[in-house]
Amino acid sequence: MSKFKFAMYWAGSCGGCEIALLEIQAKIIEVDQNYDVVFWPAAADFKYKDLEAYDDDYIDVCLFNGCIRNSENEHIANVLRAKSKVLVAFGACATMGGIPGLANVSSAQEIKDLVYTQAPSVDNPDKVYPQEHFTVPEGELDLPHMYDTVKTLAQTVDVDYFMPGCPPEAHQIAGVLDVVTAALKGEGALPAKGATIGVAPKSCCDECERVKDEKKITAFRRIWEFFPDREKCLLEQGVICMGPATAAGCGARCTSVGMACRGCYGPPEGVVDQGAKMLSTLASIIDAPDPDEIARIAATVPDPLGTFYRFGLAGSLLRRARV
Amino acid sequence: MSDNGFEPRLIGFLCRWCSYNGADLAGTARLKYPPNMVPIKTNCSGRVEPTHIMKAFADGADGVIIAGCHPGDCHYINGNYRTAGRFPLMEKMLEQLGLEHGRVRLEWVSAAEGDKFARVVSEFTEEIRALGPLGWSGQFKDEAAAVAPEAVTA
Repeated sequence: MSKFKFAMYWAGSCGGCEIALLEIQAKIIEVDQNYDVVFWPAAADFKYKDLEAYDDDYIDVCLFNGCIRNSENEHIANVLRAKSKVLVAFGACATMGGIPGLANVSSAQEIKDLVYTQAPSVDNPDKVYPQEHFTVPEGELDLPHMYDTVKTLAQTVDVDYFMPGCPPEAHQIAGVLDVVTAALKGEGALPAKGATIGVAPKSCCDECERVKDEKKITAFRRIWEFFPDREKCLLEQGVICMGPATAAGCGARCTSVGMACRGCYGPPEGVVDQGAKMLSTLASIIDAPDPDEIARIAATVPDPLGTFYRFGLAGSLLRRARV
Repeated sequence: MSDNGFEPRLIGFLCRWCSYNGADLAGTARLKYPPNMVPIKTNCSGRVEPTHIMKAFADGADGVIIAGCHPGDCHYINGNYRTAGRFPLMEKMLEQLGLEHGRVRLEWVSAAEGDKFARVVSEFTEEIRALGPLGWSGQFKDEAAAVAPEAVTA
């Protein structure tokens, strides 16, 4: 039997998702038994022209990680959509913008100004900026056009499945690959189109083993300001933990080692906007007798946008800041 | 009426026990106030989630007002305290997103305060008129279609 065709691509991402795939360890051999890798620039030498030469629907499954940050990302997203039967938005960036989505508080020009002229360590007296088009004796050189607004994959092309996480956990990747492989072999069914896969029902708190009692906060603290109790819920100790507004599926690995959840698994089922939900949650557990005192405590969160939308700004209701 | 013809589109989330009745009172007392606000009756101002506010702005509102019972008067004992807790945090976050201070407003309006309701809506309408249209969705142009040599000179 001929093997199925597998592709993986990184758009605006760090490469962690690629490593996460290898984290499935010996199971990668099983992947090799079932799939031919037909496009995976991080792992082997494929050119865009190879990809563009494939027939439509040639690829059986494509794991697309990274956000849509520039014209190159957008072009390849369109090509991979056309060439893939099953397109999976893989990881926090592809599903909801991820960390790069925080760039949506600035414009592209503001970012370039900071990076090439304003940062304290930059020495650029002639204000040299990268040019998108440049002519050299050998011909014309081009760079992709950087967008003002970081987009999610689903804001760009039609997406079949969403798999959140920064990066997705290995056991979830293995589970998803099992389901997809079984379906391709005709031994099982794929989930409904548009489903979020590789997550568990309920919220991250459901998997967290810390002892949870009544949540009543009188002050917010950051993890370096004190020694948190090892057993107690971090949120109850005043540390902003995104657990209540984050889908389960990761096994609550961060909270098990004393780090508050940062929300990389995205909103739980039924929640439209993760950041708005977390804001709502947090304000509801402040314990103070009068509105002014409640307001004073709430106002001590230094960066609500960056905290509640650390991974989800590009995919949120408002998507970006006005600049 | 302003010169440029801009009529603010306002959403008002009104608690059914106090502020919505306050709005009714303003109506039965025949108080005049601008028709710019679309009232939405909620069981409690505490039921109004930040998600609702963001959805309103994302879908074209120029300003959003939340009105509930005065502190201590909540039909559900402490619902409006939740509102009070969410509001400053949400206000701060919306300002980080580039919305001017004042696009979202919290007011306590009792069922007896028809005059206050009319005054608040009048004030808010004029304040938003002065701020101008928000036009949130208008900023998402198709950048792929606009790929052209960009002026990145110093």
